[in-house]
Amino acid sequence: MLVVRVLGTLGILLVLSIIVFSMLHLAPGDIVKNLLGNRPSSPEAVAAIRAQYNLDQPLYMQYLIWLGNALTGDFGQSIRLQDSVSNVIGARLGITAALSGLAFVLALVVAIPLGVQSAVRSGSWIDRFATGVGIVGLSAPTFAVGLLLLYVFAFYLPIFPVYGSGDGGLDTLWHLVLPAITLALGLGAIILKLTRTAMLRELDSDYVTFGRARGLPDRQVHMIALRNAAIPIVTGASLVLTFLVGGTVLAETTFALPGLGTLLQGSVLFKDIAVVQALTLLVAVTIATIALLADLAYIFLDPRIRAKEGAQ
Amino acid sequence: MTQLNAANTPAAGAHPDTPAAAQVTVTGLTVDGPAGVVVKPFDFSIAPGETLALIGESGSGKTLSAKAIAGLLPAGFTARGTIELASATIELPATDAVWRATRGRRISLLLQDPFTSLSPVHRCGTQIAMTIQAASATRLSKAECTELVTQRLAEVNLPAEVARAYPHELSGGMRQRVAIAAALATDPELLIADEPTTALDASNQGEILDLLRGLQEKRGMAALLISHDLGMVRGRAEHVLVMRHGEIVERGVTSSVLNAPSHPYTRALIEADPSLTDRSAGVVRAASGAGAGGDAATGVGDLVVATDVTKSFGDKTVLHGVSVTVGRGETVGIVGESGSGKTTIARCIAGLEHESSGVIAFHGVALAPGRASRTPKQMQIVFQDPYSSLNPMISVGRSLKLALRVAGRPASDLNGLLQLVELPLEFARKRPAELSGGQRQRVAIARALAVQPELLICDESVSALDVSVQKQILDLLAKLRVELGLSILFISHDLAVVRQLADRVYVLRHGDVVESGLCHDVLTAPTHPYTQALVAASIHEAPTH
Repeated sequence: MLVVRVLGTLGILLVLSIIVFSMLHLAPGDIVKNLLGNRPSSPEAVAAIRAQYNLDQPLYMQYLIWLGNALTGDFGQSIRLQDSVSNVIGARLGITAALSGLAFVLALVVAIPLGVQSAVRSGSWIDRFATGVGIVGLSAPTFAVGLLLLYVFAFYLPIFPVYGSGDGGLDTLWHLVLPAITLALGLGAIILKLTRTAMLRELDSDYVTFGRARGLPDRQVHMIALRNAAIPIVTGASLVLTFLVGGTVLAETTFALPGLGTLLQGSVLFKDIAVVQALTLLVAVTIATIALLADLAYIFLDPRIRAKEGAQ
Repeated sequence: MTQLNAANTPAAGAHPDTPAAAQVTVTGLTVDGPAGVVVKPFDFSIAPGETLALIGESGSGKTLSAKAIAGLLPAGFTARGTIELASATIELPATDAVWRATRGRRISLLLQDPFTSLSPVHRCGTQIAMTIQAASATRLSKAECTELVTQRLAEVNLPAEVARAYPHELSGGMRQRVAIAAALATDPELLIADEPTTALDASNQGEILDLLRGLQEKRGMAALLISHDLGMVRGRAEHVLVMRHGEIVERGVTSSVLNAPSHPYTRALIEADPSLTDRSAGVVRAASGAGAGGDAATGVGDLVVATDVTKSFGDKTVLHGVSVTVGRGETVGIVGESGSGKTTIARCIAGLEHESSGVIAFHGVALAPGRASRTPKQMQIVFQDPYSSLNPMISVGRSLKLALRVAGRPASDLNGLLQLVELPLEFARKRPAELSGGQRQRVAIARALAVQPELLICDESVSALDVSVQKQILDLLAKLRVELGLSILFISHDLAVVRQLADRVYVLRHGDVVESGLCHDVLTAPTHPYTQALVAASIHEAPTH
């Protein structure tokens, strides 16, 4: 069953790679001109481009060569940055990964305990506070929250830096705090809502009553309920994580971070097709991997699903 | 978390390690709900090792009383009164801190449904170990925990391997044993068992109750047994309280209450109890014998003949060649425990499942599997749960008019239909939510009868109802079969219920008919060991007359 799921994921990625490859051919205008960008279109340059992209080969051969290169990490040259696409992405991957990771961890660490407490003390001030934060987080656009945080914590109270990614190590982490909070607010709000709803349902079940009836401490009863609520929470968290991959564009732009989001934005504007292809494929692989991991998490979390998988 | 520390207050530490040897006394127990008093003040005491049964139908307040004593009342309800235990006296309403020191250690509550009272994602051993740890003053090592869990499992006659199993890997009876082991892991002075066997099959019920009885005597533990089933109480409780609408209407020694009830309500409960004795069955069967039931005996003709029906779901075979015949005007019972295939054969006959092989014939004409080959006039089905089989958004009248339209009957037949099932005409305007369970099941029956079917299939149609309501519905069905000449295929896990209505009975086990014949013969002189066990199990629970 697991094998089937992995093969399915690979199949989806294969279809996506065809779509990504076609981007080059579907883009309006002449392919060679698009690939040349603003370089002079001398006959030599055109010939070089035709050779580099195998434009003289049949279409399916072009795709296979492109796919083969992509699998070995060769996505061609960025015409905008005059460097290989893998170098360009490699230089910016770290900052985006760190930002997404930090935002995700921040969202989980705050939202799950808050969601649990707000379900346990449903109707109390902490529940109303959590609901309020949730509504703000869901409705406020990322860039607006980012600007607000910048004004308050970088301008009026100059605690955090205004822009840039710092000099590496702790300094970079320090630079990432505000953008991470900006992203985490929206993510956390969704996870908070999901945790609260899932917990409220579980706290109403017989095994919670029975746990309390035989004298288990409240904290342990809540942990049992949370363990049962884990599947909807993991589902929510994995969906949120895939949104995060797209959401970084806004945060990176607001805080002028040289990550993949700003790279994607620049490359789209400049029609730097090789970079856009590589980034699109990267996002697709990431999302497919997250979905696969979430499926694996269900098997780990629920013995009943495990039994069903084992039987098939 | 402060709760963890609070559990070790001096009051909690005073708990003796040896089983308590004083009686449990509750005085002035009252439950107040949002709309006033729900349970009126009552007192009781239980001697060590003895059982007090609290009997009542759903809504009588018996479960709220149990939850009040365990400190687990739902929001909006408060309790008053005093609980005196050997180790402590609790004044209700008590604070959270008092309950933390009480629940588990002094009073434990066992719930009805073993399928939901254990966490599905934790191993059984872990759930028992948590309870042991919660009641222990010191932190136990892993090895100590495993050892104690094994002991607790042995007490309920389960092997040590069960500790590694998840609840879904065990049968209902085994799960309830695990739940008992978990509830008793703290050695409470008082165990409250809230309908502990209602969700189990007949053959498991007796075993679980006898197990509880044995454990209780060994520990000198007092028990409060909450039940709607008077039959279950005989021989298993010293004293009995009968509760109705939040009030104790009768109390006394079990045998004298059952044999000589003084309150009319208790008498009604005993009358309604579907026992295997002929007393209550006689009323219904006398009525049916006078009418269409007589035709069946003379063999006018067969309405439905199912021959060698098999059914598999995936690689799991649930029916291994089952043959069932329903004569015209006859009432046929199919009895079996859950998983026996009794519902599947009914659904195959109704066309709701496609049989894998075999022939189902109606009036001698074979029907192709599935709904398409059947007309509504041939057969209708009444399901178990009247709460989910009616559309909650539309009124009773509209539900019935829709059914009448399917039959091509005028909407003006609605009143006649309501009269047929003995419902007042103004019920047409009500929605299902305003109706009681019994009234809803009457509506479901009326809906099935709107098309004037020849065969009515009742799939556990009375099992979700209280005993007294059950009897009314059974009487209604008996009346209908006489008035309308209906044939009825009645599916039930409950031998006693089938006995009241059916002319003939089939006993199903693991997808095979193990015994069939005239209802009276099969149930009074069963030949197959399985039927004998079923009959023995239900006689054990029934009051003798």
